[in-house]
Formats: sequence, structure tokens, C-alpha cells
Amino acid sequence: MIHTAPEFAVAGDVSLSPDSELVAGTSLWKDAWRRLLKNKLAVLGLIVVAVITVSSLIGPPIIKATTGYTYDYMPTNDVSRFKSMPPFRGPDGSFSWMHPMGTDNSGRDILARVMLGGQISLMVGIISTIVSLIIGVSYGAVAGYLGGRVDSLMMRLVDVLYSLPYIILVIVLLALFRSSTAVGQLVLLFVALGAVSWLTMARIVRGQVLSLKNQEFVLAARATGVRTPRIIFRHIVPNTLGPVIVYATLTIPTVMLSEAFLSFLGLGVQPPLASWGSLAAEGIQSISIFPWQLIFPGVTMALTLFSLNFLGDGLRDALDPQMRK
Amino acid sequence: MPNHNGNLLEVKDLRTYFRSDDGTVKAVDGISFTVKRGQTVGIVGESGSGKSVTNLSIIRLVPEPPGKIVGGEILFDGRDLLLLPDDEVRKIRGRRISMIFQDPMTSLNPFMRISRQLMEMTQLHLGHTKSQAFEHAVRMLETVGIPDARTRAENYPHEFSGGMRQRVMIAMALSCEPELLIADEPTTALDVTIQAQILELIKKLKQDTGTSVILITHDLGVVAGMTDHSIVMYAGKVFEHAPTRELFAAPGNPYTRGLLRSVPDPTAEQGKLYQIPGLPPDLTRLGPGCPFAPRCERAEAICQREFPPFVQLNAEHYSLCHFADEVYRGSQAEASSKGAAGR
Repeated sequence: MIHTAPEFAVAGDVSLSPDSELVAGTSLWKDAWRRLLKNKLAVLGLIVVAVITVSSLIGPPIIKATTGYTYDYMPTNDVSRFKSMPPFRGPDGSFSWMHPMGTDNSGRDILARVMLGGQISLMVGIISTIVSLIIGVSYGAVAGYLGGRVDSLMMRLVDVLYSLPYIILVIVLLALFRSSTAVGQLVLLFVALGAVSWLTMARIVRGQVLSLKNQEFVLAARATGVRTPRIIFRHIVPNTLGPVIVYATLTIPTVMLSEAFLSFLGLGVQPPLASWGSLAAEGIQSISIFPWQLIFPGVTMALTLFSLNFLGDGLRDALDPQMRK
Repeated sequence: MPNHNGNLLEVKDLRTYFRSDDGTVKAVDGISFTVKRGQTVGIVGESGSGKSVTNLSIIRLVPEPPGKIVGGEILFDGRDLLLLPDDEVRKIRGRRISMIFQDPMTSLNPFMRISRQLMEMTQLHLGHTKSQAFEHAVRMLETVGIPDARTRAENYPHEFSGGMRQRVMIAMALSCEPELLIADEPTTALDVTIQAQILELIKKLKQDTGTSVILITHDLGVVAGMTDHSIVMYAGKVFEHAPTRELFAAPGNPYTRGLLRSVPDPTAEQGKLYQIPGLPPDLTRLGPGCPFAPRCERAEAICQREFPPFVQLNAEHYSLCHFADEVYRGSQAEASSKGAAGR
């Protein structure tokens, strides 16, 4: 029995493929951005976060230029007249634009302090998240890619750290390495919060890498002689970016809340620097007489955390391929 | 460069086993073959016959664990790849031996621009600078027939169709002018018209560069049209090894005959399509006899008891069968009678 090869008719010139028409492609990011814009809550969140961030950054110099107040400026003459003034009131009780959020026990402008608190709270949130991102992504990616015994060992360590109550860990870290300067204390806070919040990130990335490493493009990269570190960080990690971004956005408010909690307890940011947590701690001492001293920092923080959570949820929906329509 | 009687690759008694909960899977069990410079060798077989594992073994990419190359030699240009340190093997991968994979949809990194993926190769192996690598990438894309290569190079894989992605894979595989190209079912995931284009492209590029090719496929038509030599694999063993023309004209193994019979012949009224009865064996429990015996038309008692010999039928034709000579003569007779009948 003879079988000849099925006849192959070569479709025209090999160099001219029929599928050469150019289709204007939409990238993953453009696509995700479009879906994000459809989510009203997420857009609102984005706007609120943007407004608070921008005003925290440019607000203090403007206040300084117009009223002369900075976050730690206290009027020195006749202090008692300027202490704990209500919002929009001057020292004589009449209407004034001087202090839209009133003043605190030392006569400092609360608006300026809330803005500084915003700078510090957001900085803590973002820097600690970046710290956790770097540790978590590298750790999870290496564990997931290497697999086997290395993976088991690395992830058991994560389990052990998980089982420690993290806030106590942070308190111990902060108390142990207590810094004499306010800035030193702040840096310590970044490191301590970042060091405990990478665990979930590591798990998420590991899970992603486990499924990605068996894909053919990884085999193809290995077959072209690419080194393992490059495969992990250039080929695999970028593919985990979607979930990582989502989780990072949700880590920022969590970390900010932890910071507020620590500062509220007096362990975090030290005066004269302020964060929303430490402002709330100052405010609560006289809540029944001067409620605005608690309300303004508290509401600002709550608003920011809400917005960040909505934004994170929106991003998750936008970047989740299963939600794609 | 040492020239070992024109043999670029010599695989000798290669054994790659996988450990599983049910026992050891002998995915590749004592395979031997050679690839000469400039030659195209086809490896045919059903799914699970060990074709892909053979080729992953050649570039030492068998997932380990559970897999392990437990024996044999892979002489590439006279050097045993199995004895080389990992670093040396990595320098050979992509530079001197490169691979094209089955599914172009998944074998390109979705997060990297086409140009970056092509540039990675030459930057790594040829020490190109960024701009050199980019120019080279554009040239390679033009070679494989991507129109408007300079702009398309900046695209991401999802902006390419399947056929174009496979062209990109080929461009990538050939960008360092490897001596050996392993194409693991390069056309299985493509539709027929694109298949023909891709095969024609591989053929053309092979002629231009003189690269040796190992073509893995389960499509007998592809083997017939593309290869000089063919290897038929079954259950991790080489069942038949012959020049392609000879293999198709006068198969010396009942399994090969079965495979050839199951290709529908468009010129003949066939009614029911032929299929080899049964399923490929479970590789964890192979008996002492011929692994094909339970499905074989020609099987006798001896086939169940004793492992068949690898019979040399003529200078280049080998068959793993107790009755190789008889089957071979039968095929020859059939071929000449059909030839006389004017087919």
C-alpha cells in the first residue's frame, strides 16, 4: 500500500501571509483603564485619593504663605487666646478664614497639621507597601519557581511568621529599636510595617508563579538559554503584575490603618511630626469640649481609606481577566 | 571543528524515566538515532510515545523531578551533552540547538514585545548591543515573512495571529543560526493553509542555512513531505528507522503499516476509516514482550513472551519486530504489485 503525502498547495508567496492586516490593538492596560473608568465608585475613590494627596503636598506651603502657620508654628504671645479655637473662628470669636479646621491645644493650625499628617500617612502607606512589594514578590517568585524542597522551606517560614500576631511584632520592633529622632522613628515604622505585610504578597505571587512556570513560554525561554534569575524576574514576574497591583492597592490602606493604630498608641509618629493617627490621639483627649480636633483628622483618614479600598476593588475587577467582557 | 563522519547529533541508547505514584514511567527507553549535518529527521508516533521527551532530553530540559535521564549518550558535535555542566548546556541552547514549540499561542511571553523576545536571543548568545539586536530582530522577522517588520516588532504577541506567532517563533529559533533545529509539532496548533506556509518556510530556511532539523509530528503527511529520514516511535522505543521514502514505500514493521493504513487515502473509496485497535500501553506496566503485541495483527505467542530484536533490513532500514523480514518482504511485494497496477 502506497501513501503519498497529502498534496501541499503552498498558498502563494511564502513571504506574504494573508493574515497581515493591521488591527489596532488595545493593550491590556488601556483595556483595564477603560473598565476602571466605568466603575463609578472606583473613579470617585481615585478622585478623592488624588485630591487628598495633592492638597497634602501643596497645601502646607500655601498655608504658610497666606497665614504664616506651619504644622509646628505656635503663636508665642498670649498663647491662651489662640488655643483650641473652633473652625472658622478668630481669637475674638468672630468669623475668620484663618483656621478652617480650628486650632489645637497648643494653638497650632489643624488644617496644616492634617495636611502634614496626610503626607506622612500616605508616605508610610506607600513606602511600606513598596517594601512589602519588593520582599514579597521576590520571595514568592523564587519559592514558586524553584519549587520542591526550597519552596516548602520558604513557605513554612512564611506560615510561621503569619502565626505571629503582627501588630505585637511591630510594637516589639519599634520598642526594641526605638530611635531618638522623629525621622528615625518614621523610618523604623516603614521598615517594621513593610516587614510584616509582605507575607500575603509572597503567597499570592508564589501561587501565580506556580501556574505560570509550567507555561510554554517559560520552557521556550529556557530552551533559548536564558538564565534562571532572568527567567524569574523578566519573564515570569511581569506576568503576575495584575494581581500584584491589586493587592498592593489594598495593602496601602491596611498599612495606613496599622500606622494610625500605632501612632494612636503613641508608638508610631512622634510630635512635632504628625500623622492622622497621632492627631486623632491628641484630639481624643478633649473630645467632649473640642470635638473638631478629632473629627477632622478622623474623617480625612476614613475618607482616604474608603477611597483606597474602592479603588482597589475597582482595579481588581478591571484587571481580572475573568471579568472581561 | 571535529567532524564525526558528518554526524551532527548521535543519540545512543537514551533512557529518560519519570517517577510517578504508580511506578516508573519509561517515557524514553533505549532510543538511538543520528542526525547528519543538513539532514531532516522526522520522529512520528502517537501521543505519549516519547517523541517530545526525547527532544527535551537532547537539550536537557526534562522537568526534573519527576523526570530523569537515567542512561545513554547524546553526542552533539562529538561532545556528550549529558556530561556537560549546566552552564555549557545553556550556551548551546538557543545558540547551536534551538527549538520551536507546538503552540505558538502560549510559547511567546504575553508581557514582552516581540522585538524584546527576539533581541534577548542575540544579546545573550551573540553579544549584540541593543541596536544591533533590534536590527537583527527586524531582519529575522523579514526573513520569516512578517510584513512591515519594523513596526510590527514593537507589538505584543496578542496582536499577532497564530500563524504569525509561529513565524516569530521560527525567527527566534533561527536568529543565532543554530546547527540543529528541533521543531516539536510546529504546525499542530495551526490551521491547514497556515500549516503549509509554515512547513514551506521551514523547508526554505533550512535550505538557505543548511541547518539540520528534527521534526516531531504525528502527521504522516508532514513527514513524507519534509524529511529525509524517519523514526517511528512507540511506547518509548524506536520501532522503525528508515529513509522516509523507503519507510513509506515498504514499511518493515506492523505498527508502521498500521499507521500508514490509518491515513485516509482521498483517491480510494474507503468506507470505514481504518484504525489500529486498542490504545497505547500504560508505560508503568509493560510486560516482557513487544509493547505493541496486544494491538498487533501479526502478533504470535512469541511476541508476548520475548522482546523483539532490532532487525536490520538493509543498509539504513531497521525495524523492531520478531517478523520484521516477513513484514518487509510483504510490503515490498504489495508496493511492486500496486506499482504494476499503475498507481
